[in-house]
Amino acid sequence: MRIPCPHCGQRDRREFYYSGADDLLHRPATDDPAAWDNYLHLRDNPAGDTRDLWYHEPCGTWIVVSRNTVTHAVDGAQAVTDVAQGVRT
Amino acid sequence: MRYSGLKVITEGLFGNKGWKPAWRDPAPKPEYDAIIVGGGGHGLATAYYLAKDHGLTNIAVLEKGYLGSGNIGRNTTIVRANYFLQGNSEFYSHSLKLWEGLEAELNYNVMHSQRGLINLFHSDGQRDAFVRRGNAMINQSDDAVLLDREGVRKLLPYLDFDNTRFPIYGGLLHPRGGTARHDAVAWGYARGADTRGVDLIQNCEVTGIDIENGQVTGVQTSRGAIRAKKVGMIVAGRSGQVAAMAGMRLPVESHVLQAFVTEGLKPVIDHVISFGMGHFYISQSDKGGLVFGGDLDFYASYASRGNLPMVEHVMEAGMTLMPMIGRAKVLRSWGGIMDMTPDGSPIIDKTHINGLYIDCGWNYGGFKAVPASGWCMAHLMATDKSHQFARRFRLDRFATGHVMDEEGTGSQHNLH
Ligand SMILES: Cc1cc2nc3c(=O)[nH]c(=O)nc-3n(C[C@H](O)[C@H](O)[C@H](O)COP(=O)(O)OP(=O)(O)OC[C@H]3O[C@@H](n4cnc5c(N)ncnc54)[C@H](O)[C@@H]3O)c2cc1C
Ligand SMILES: [Zn+2]
Repeated sequence: MRIPCPHCGQRDRREFYYSGADDLLHRPATDDPAAWDNYLHLRDNPAGDTRDLWYHEPCGTWIVVSRNTVTHAVDGAQAVTDVAQGVRT
Repeated sequence: MRYSGLKVITEGLFGNKGWKPAWRDPAPKPEYDAIIVGGGGHGLATAYYLAKDHGLTNIAVLEKGYLGSGNIGRNTTIVRANYFLQGNSEFYSHSLKLWEGLEAELNYNVMHSQRGLINLFHSDGQRDAFVRRGNAMINQSDDAVLLDREGVRKLLPYLDFDNTRFPIYGGLLHPRGGTARHDAVAWGYARGADTRGVDLIQNCEVTGIDIENGQVTGVQTSRGAIRAKKVGMIVAGRSGQVAAMAGMRLPVESHVLQAFVTEGLKPVIDHVISFGMGHFYISQSDKGGLVFGGDLDFYASYASRGNLPMVEHVMEAGMTLMPMIGRAKVLRSWGGIMDMTPDGSPIIDKTHINGLYIDCGWNYGGFKAVPASGWCMAHLMATDKSHQFARRFRLDRFATGHVMDEEGTGSQHNLH
């Protein structure tokens, strides 16, 4: 699997660290425990298209990768700093 | 039909013409007292204990493929009771005891082989952790023996004891640990459930869960609607999709785990061995193949195959630990979809919907759990109360902070 880093281009999967679905970009606005449970633990876990967080170790960039969990096809990637980080209420 | 040595001999003499299918192939009825979604090890064991211990025989197991087509037939078959945390410890201890009586219980040869499991350690810190784990196992009335370097060398002379990067300090031996024949466990429970009247319905995919006023009323399937007031979701890697049919979002992310087998060799590895540096574990099957595996591929996946970087990593770890296997040819590799939770421990619980139960989150250790999971899930579905051995496997434990992080790696699904 190759992942397109916005800075470095197509790179081997071994250069990346994986941290899970992009839910972590949507930090709860409140201190409501249910919202935090949802944010930290619960996942849609889709079989198909997903967006998840990868860290490109050589250049130190967190990116959001659009890919398919069934076929392993990678559609594209954006730096996290370029993605609107919605706040989930 | 009861199986016996005599039966095998007489069938052999008369051309093996008298064997009958091990279970029926019934069409789904319009209604059951309970439905189990998923015909893997856990679903079949639950059906068996519901019928046998709780008298619930008007039940069905709905399987979207064929029985045993999921992880139950894809794992590396390690059976052990070497857990540390309260909650896990008594559960896996109970499971191992059930394993020890399983063949007599099911009248089925599951080839349970208690050949001993040795977890190697490679530093002072790791030794301390294993001493502590061994004590926890003994406190739980299971068995553990600490081996020093020479003790390991006596049992496993073929390891690379000269490796200076990852020196072998010793190992924790769990004599009652071992392996079993994975398919046979599914088949044995299937046959036992079928004999007691359970309908095992294959090629029947559940596509929806019917709920009225907070009470489950049945399921929609590829073979029509089926009514039931109790439904158990026991679908391992597919738990996210099935729970979503009931509007639930689970603390589960599905990941792929690979395994490998070599061509058949003469007996060479007598135990189950795990390497403490760079996850690698190995045993030898009864056919002679070396069966081994390592870590997850580490990214969410529903593909039943993995990628090459993990293949390389597993091979490197194996060669570091026991260079003698370098000449063996790998015959096959495959992957299975693991239901990973944020603390690495499973869930056996009710849901917020009446009559809807869930058994999931087995990570990559759910094979050894099959008997106890079936036992506890059957208890839960029959009595509406958690079994004492599964009382900590709560669905809400992440929200309440009662997590069970056996490895202490933190709240991230792929780290366990
Ligand atoms: C490579 C590998 C190595 C492993 N090694 C070990 C090991 O050494 N020791 C150990 O203890 N564990 C091990 N495991 C883990 C263990 O195999 C699993 O945790 C366990 O098998 C999961 O439970 P199960 O048997 O019920 O799952 P499965 O067999 O996957 O059963 C789930 C079933 O649900 C069905 N299903 C899914 N969706 C639907 C639907 N909508 N409708 C109807 N049916 C549906 C599936 O088709 C499947 O048959 C390993 C796993 C893998 C992949
Ligand atoms: Zn980069």
